[in-house]
Amino acid sequence: MAWFRKKDQPQEPGTEKRVKIPEGLWVKCNHCREIIYKKELERNGKVCPKCDYHFPIDCAERLALLVDDGSFTERDRGLAPLDPLAFRDTKKYQDRLKDTQERTGLRDAMVMGDARVDGMPVVLAVLQFGFMGGSMGSVVGEKLLRAVERAIDVNAPLIVVTSSGGARMQEGILSLMQMAKTSAAIGRLKARGLPYISLLTDPTYGGVTASFAMLGDLILAEPKALIGFAGPRVIEQTIKQKLPEGFQRAEFLLRHGMVDLIVERKRQREIIRRFIAWSASGSAAEPAAAGRTSG
Amino acid sequence: MSNYLEFEQPLAELDQRIHNLKDQSRHDTKAAEEVKRLQKKIYQLQQEIYHRLTPWQRTLIARHQDRPGTADYITGLLRDFTELHGDRLYGDDPAILGGIGWFDQQAVMVIGHHKGKTVKERVQRNFGMPHPEGYRKALRLMQLAEQFHHPILTFIDTPGAYPGVGAEERGQSEAIARNLLVMSSLRTPIITVVIGEGGSGGALALGVGDRVLMLEHAVYSVISPEGCAAILWNDSAKAKEAADAMKMTAPDLLRLGVIDEVVSEPLGGAHRDAPKMIDAVKQAVAHQLEKLEGSPVDDIVDQRYRKFRRMGVFLEESGSDSSSAHPQNIQE
Repeated sequence: MAWFRKKDQPQEPGTEKRVKIPEGLWVKCNHCREIIYKKELERNGKVCPKCDYHFPIDCAERLALLVDDGSFTERDRGLAPLDPLAFRDTKKYQDRLKDTQERTGLRDAMVMGDARVDGMPVVLAVLQFGFMGGSMGSVVGEKLLRAVERAIDVNAPLIVVTSSGGARMQEGILSLMQMAKTSAAIGRLKARGLPYISLLTDPTYGGVTASFAMLGDLILAEPKALIGFAGPRVIEQTIKQKLPEGFQRAEFLLRHGMVDLIVERKRQREIIRRFIAWSASGSAAEPAAAGRTSG
Repeated sequence: MSNYLEFEQPLAELDQRIHNLKDQSRHDTKAAEEVKRLQKKIYQLQQEIYHRLTPWQRTLIARHQDRPGTADYITGLLRDFTELHGDRLYGDDPAILGGIGWFDQQAVMVIGHHKGKTVKERVQRNFGMPHPEGYRKALRLMQLAEQFHHPILTFIDTPGAYPGVGAEERGQSEAIARNLLVMSSLRTPIITVVIGEGGSGGALALGVGDRVLMLEHAVYSVISPEGCAAILWNDSAKAKEAADAMKMTAPDLLRLGVIDEVVSEPLGGAHRDAPKMIDAVKQAVAHQLEKLEGSPVDDIVDQRYRKFRRMGVFLEESGSDSSSAHPQNIQE
């Protein structure tokens, strides 16, 4: 977690003022709208120092937070989307895909593979909001399914980190069917008695929430993350009323009994470790002994 | 006179002319002949219109106020239907109708979205848009059917799960997800019929069936055409374009392998001849039930899993497992 540690020599206060500030040195918090010095934000694990909002982080940063250094081995990297509907809105889906793939270096919105948490083997899948809003089409559905099947094969827990706008409209009904496919897969995992940990990050919506994201044995959420079925604008237009303060934030879900725990980034790995260790102890199918004693 | 949709206006005009001639035609042979001629013309025009329906026109038919709903199919298909209420947790959602009955000699559980007919009933049933308690009632009834090894018959007809504050507070997502998970491994046969509008996750939550049938002019999609247009075109008036793009008609879905059978509708749509439509559904369901009844339940559950497992279209590029061991290799 090297990137997490505070810099050894903090800058002297006031020195920045005299320098001309280049673009991109400051960021505005998505939640409290405060202006934050970018370096300070990074030092704080991309957590707003003013309001504790957890900024989106990329996959490498997520891995560094959750799993043992260098333990991640990506699987099924070759899964790539097609365009079964020959979909076109203001732009062709094919072009949208090509552009996004070039920009992100990803083939689709989920990265999945083997990893270790405190020495214990796990299967980890992370949704990438940067790839078409983390939307679930055929590739995301297939990857989640393969993550489950991999977890069953190696008898390991499954950890899924979500951030998604929901189902991918450009794959139409096939995207909708991924909800059934992924939920059915999670059912198989549960039938094997393997733990499934779902970590909800900002934002998680629609077809992803209404399928595998809300099916965790343990459901964790990052502070202030927006999580829901319907988007706030759709709800506002339907009920023709302003939505209450804090609606669909992680704290709102916790209050309504929809998540187990809100966990800040620094503690996520430890909570996950505890749950895996807890679920493995006393079980007939014990994971490798190596991992269970440490920590 | 029936209710005509906008694209049916030429039919409505002919119908009006027949209506005007009706009294006269009883004693005037010339008028009677004219009525006959107009009726023939209506038939021809209907053929023309209904054999080249656009996806948007089908959407309008699927939403037609006179279209038979779940309650009509229940009455037409089942004997001794008894409605069962409530989720035992929070409340009873009138947007979902469910209960026990007999299909011929077979005891079944039937569950469906119900939009209602009159304005008053539609409001009371929330236009067929369920809250979490509706899905949880459905789940309870499905598990009840499983307990007694009775097949489940579900009817899909909803614009979608209700997007409201209470629905979010009570876990709309969890309720839908739970249904998907439980249905996928339920140890009893499930037959689903998409009778009208199949609106997104709120529809699918009753739709993880061993056999999924769909009426000819029903639609089934990941989001409503209006919703899709609002998001992708920034203009909900582009709903027609969105309906085209999303491939949401029964023939499309059959081609994509999402449904198993298309049930033909009477000329002019289900609402033009509801008894005929209901009978066609009855035949189709009977046929599918018969096919499933011989199979051991383990096979049914296994095949259902495999059916949904296969869904999706993607490419698997070579070197799929040429994996990188370094998180640094993954670029955002």
